[in-house]
Amino acid sequence: MANNRFGLSRIALRFAVLVYALASGWTFSHLREATVHAAEPGTSKGVDYCVECHRDLGDNLGSPVVESEGDVHIQKGLGCVGCHGGDSSQPDAERAMDPRKGFTGRPEPSAVPSFCGKCHSDAGFMRRYNPAQRVDQEAEYASSGHGTRLRAGNKKVATCLNCHGSHGIHPVNHPQSRVYAPNVAKTCGKCHADPKYMQSTLPTNQVDEYANSVHAEALLVKNDLSAPTCNDCHGNHGASPPGVSSVANVCGTCHTRQAEMFRKSVHDSAFRAMDQAECLACHANHRVLRPDDAMLAEKEGSVCAACHDGEDKGSQTRAEMASALTGLRDRLQRAESLIDRAEKAGMQVSRASFAVAESHDSLVNARVLVHTFSAAAVKAETDRGMTIADKSYRMGQDALDELQFRRKGLGASLVVILVALVAVYLKIQQIERHEQ
Amino acid sequence: MKATEERQEGSVQGPGQAESGGVGDWLRGRLGFASVEALVAKKTVPLHRHSIWYYLGGMTLFLFTIQVVTGILLLLYYRPSAEEAFESVQFIMTDVSFGWLVRSIHSWSANLMIATLFVHMFTVYFLKAYRKPRECTWVTGVLLLFLSLAFGFSGYLLPWNSLAFFATRVGTEIPRVIPGVGEFFMRFLRGGDEVTGATLTRFFGFHVAILPAVTTVVLGIHIWLVQFHGMSRPLREEGTERREMKFFPNFLLRDIMGWLVALALLAALAALFPWELGEKADPFAPAPAGIRPEWFFLFSFETLKLLPAHILFIEGELLGVVGFTAGAMFWLLVPFLDRKAARGEPSPAFTVLGILIVLYMAVMTGIGFLS
Repeated sequence: MANNRFGLSRIALRFAVLVYALASGWTFSHLREATVHAAEPGTSKGVDYCVECHRDLGDNLGSPVVESEGDVHIQKGLGCVGCHGGDSSQPDAERAMDPRKGFTGRPEPSAVPSFCGKCHSDAGFMRRYNPAQRVDQEAEYASSGHGTRLRAGNKKVATCLNCHGSHGIHPVNHPQSRVYAPNVAKTCGKCHADPKYMQSTLPTNQVDEYANSVHAEALLVKNDLSAPTCNDCHGNHGASPPGVSSVANVCGTCHTRQAEMFRKSVHDSAFRAMDQAECLACHANHRVLRPDDAMLAEKEGSVCAACHDGEDKGSQTRAEMASALTGLRDRLQRAESLIDRAEKAGMQVSRASFAVAESHDSLVNARVLVHTFSAAAVKAETDRGMTIADKSYRMGQDALDELQFRRKGLGASLVVILVALVAVYLKIQQIERHEQ
Repeated sequence: MKATEERQEGSVQGPGQAESGGVGDWLRGRLGFASVEALVAKKTVPLHRHSIWYYLGGMTLFLFTIQVVTGILLLLYYRPSAEEAFESVQFIMTDVSFGWLVRSIHSWSANLMIATLFVHMFTVYFLKAYRKPRECTWVTGVLLLFLSLAFGFSGYLLPWNSLAFFATRVGTEIPRVIPGVGEFFMRFLRGGDEVTGATLTRFFGFHVAILPAVTTVVLGIHIWLVQFHGMSRPLREEGTERREMKFFPNFLLRDIMGWLVALALLAALAALFPWELGEKADPFAPAPAGIRPEWFFLFSFETLKLLPAHILFIEGELLGVVGFTAGAMFWLLVPFLDRKAARGEPSPAFTVLGILIVLYMAVMTGIGFLS
């Protein structure tokens, strides 16, 4: 009963604000302009009574003061009233939180997108703080899985605040930001890795799978901030799972050559016919492992064997590609091992090492060419790589031969020097005997 | 008139002898070798328990000669520009016949020369051989040390590899702390605000033209002074029986034995541990880990590193630079400051000071290698 009364009073309050706003000829943006303007840097003077009062309230009402330290909005001088409206110059709570002064308090989840969007969707306003800032987040959010569910009345879905935080919001490239690339999987995982929260509406193993992927290794271990995380494939504000037909587009954003080769290959039409998501069939989605030549193996670890039975043309192509790659890899290892020996012996092998690197490029290129599913294309590249690997091997062999020559030369030189030493010594003896 | 006739007689006698005595006499008559031969025949070396240290000067000179010869050979292929320096040294190491040997010997010999120079200098110091009348021999010797260090500093950059590039950047930054002239001196060394191809060209000029020219003059004076005054006998040996060895051929043959050993050592080092080339310098790359100057600058580098940012109101690095400059001046003027040695009396204070300096250099160099 009490809750109902409270709910009714809030509705009445909102209605009053609306009537007041219409009556005084305000638009919503006027409200925002008025609240923000009062808090702009250099314009706000005197005591901020929002902070003064809430600091002493503790718990939920006091925590925003502490959390807001370092908040990008506070740093830009927007203050509490920048989002919540009201008048921070008033020591009296009622006057400070007067709805007639635009005070909105804490927004309902359904109102959050427009609450943030009142500034973030306004290009003219955002330009004053960051001309490069996008202003389509609210529209994108509306098209997302989260947005559509929110409109349908699901209050559990993520809104702006769930990903960015409410107070203490940092710019995206700030390491403490919840949406800083290395933190994104954890932020998404707060809901998507929680079976209780998700209640079987979606799988909850994505974050665990991603953590073991080559993408996570690049981002989290090698600190490569260009490596993909959840939002790079699913979108951020417009987050939704890519459909079967668009998976190749998503992967192809970065892996352009592979995507192009695949589309020209025999598998493209075959996968379409089977309604099979292109890249995922061999590489999986979240658990994208480091590609390995074993993927072309006959049985163990093979991804081809899932469809090709070992007798068909596809199996023959697989065997030829695997053989070509193995051949180049073995030649390359042989050359690398020899050059390493020569280098450890102190020989100058920079050119041989350069040739090895070139041959290694061929191996990488040949592995990419696997996406053409043409054994001839792969073999042409591995043959080129083998020629270079053999050349580098010969250079390594020459370096070791040179090393032997140097050692023999050193031995001969030392013998000559020793003979000269003995001769000089005997000469000294002879001279000094004669002198005595 | 009589004197003129004697000179004419003498000059006529020379060629006459050459005709009867072969090429040696022929040259002797025309080039005036007689005075040199007389000097060599008269020159002796004192014999006592410290005589072994006399060989170090000759050893340093031998290694310097190797530097000159190998340096000239390297000049045939080396190209002093940021675009080509590294590649030209790489070419020398891989494609030029025995280029690897020449470059490795040049690098190893440079380091051995600095080492023998230091030992030579400290033995001269501890034997008080700088005392009257050899003050100028000491001064020219210390100047040769400074010139050799300048050779080392300028030559280090020439292969244009990463380690040398960044070490030179650090090294040329040091003079900047000197008030007034520091900025100018740094720009003079670098040929601009940063270490660039202009620095390389400039260092090449120092290394192959200016320093060799100055060194030739100073070395000439140093060697002439050694011949003029002869070898110094240590103070302790002054009262003992004077034993001597003829310079030619006895001492020189022993010198040659030492040079042969040095040659064998150089050949072994060059063949077994060829001097590394490293990676080509990339001015835009981050500085690699473990930047350090050559070992003979390590004690001063480590001192500057360990000094606090400020000592009282003076910048620590500035204090370090001023301290090393004052130390170098003191070292140069030692013969004039050690009055006791000048009077032929023992000067234990200078001996203790020398020991402390050697210990300090050894400890700081050790810390530099270990850190």
